[in-house]
Amino acid sequence: MNCIIVDDEALSRAILEGMIAKDPELTVTGEFGNAMQAMKHLNTTGEDTDLIFLDIHMPDFTGFDFIQTIKNPPAVVLVTSDKNFATEAFEYDCIVDYMVKPINEERFQRAVRKAKALKAATPAPAVTPVGTTPSAPAEPRETASPLAIPADTPTEFYVNIDRRLIKIDIQSVNVVEAKGDYIHIKTESKNYIVHSTLKKIEEKLPTNLFLKVHRTYIINTKKIVDIEDNSVLIGKDVIPVSRANRPELMKRLNML
Amino acid sequence: MEQPNLDYINDLAGDDEAFRAKLVATIKAELPGEIEAYETSYNSADYKAAAGHVHKLKHKISIFGLEKSYYLAADFEDELKNNQNSLATDFERVLHTIKDFAASL
Repeated sequence: MNCIIVDDEALSRAILEGMIAKDPELTVTGEFGNAMQAMKHLNTTGEDTDLIFLDIHMPDFTGFDFIQTIKNPPAVVLVTSDKNFATEAFEYDCIVDYMVKPINEERFQRAVRKAKALKAATPAPAVTPVGTTPSAPAEPRETASPLAIPADTPTEFYVNIDRRLIKIDIQSVNVVEAKGDYIHIKTESKNYIVHSTLKKIEEKLPTNLFLKVHRTYIINTKKIVDIEDNSVLIGKDVIPVSRANRPELMKRLNML
Repeated sequence: MEQPNLDYINDLAGDDEAFRAKLVATIKAELPGEIEAYETSYNSADYKAAAGHVHKLKHKISIFGLEKSYYLAADFEDELKNNQNSLATDFERVLHTIKDFAASL
């Protein structure tokens, strides 16, 4: 079974790598310090991934955000220091086990046995990140688009996740960040990674609420906490403001 | 006060000295940055971010066999999430202990 490890803690990754190495049926094909790197791997060389060892608490993008963003996720074993997410964890069909750090060999082997049993029972389909359509190549391009907003309903838009269109309340969006071939949509409660461009989502967002403040950032101007020199604070994220975009931002402010 | 140890690392590595050395090296490389990140967040009163760093440090604390300190860290993490900090001094004592221990490895 091909495994990847997604955990922002190097020690956790090293421990898991050592445990995996002892099982001849397992191979580590990648280890990643954040969900974005893992997402790129799954979208390129990692389509044959059978099992993901996944941390829940990671900066910017949690393990649950990651699972929700992958189409047809392979088996996932959650590895976390938090015992409080067990109930939520088993709401996801792909999660086969939940290990609390520090993990021991026996607990690790039990989790792996579950993953192997699942693979034997139902071969895992290829992993497909949001926005691509290998499982439905004949679908029209419009259907394949990761973003779709009904033209007459500017209060929400949809992202295509695991063949479901997930509704996102536009007002709940704090920031949209471009990261390579993806955009990272941060809302008040969840984060989403979508295979799209900043330009495409910019066209879908109401201009009275959202503003591109930097080559790689669109912000919800209603969510600004404060502005300092060349940055704005949105929630706890400091967003850079480019010199060219700063005048338009200042125009939007209801200043005394 | 309970003392840190490498029992977990030694059990995990068994006879594999290279694996043991890798784990120790990883701890030595990673721990100072995690402590610094916590201190930066805490000192700037960004308690939510500090809670995230405490969460991560809990793993190291438990790996060093510091059971009581682990529960202290867990309580402190919850405190920070609620913008409270009554356990800060006790937690800093734990950090001091594990920092010294890691440096001695």
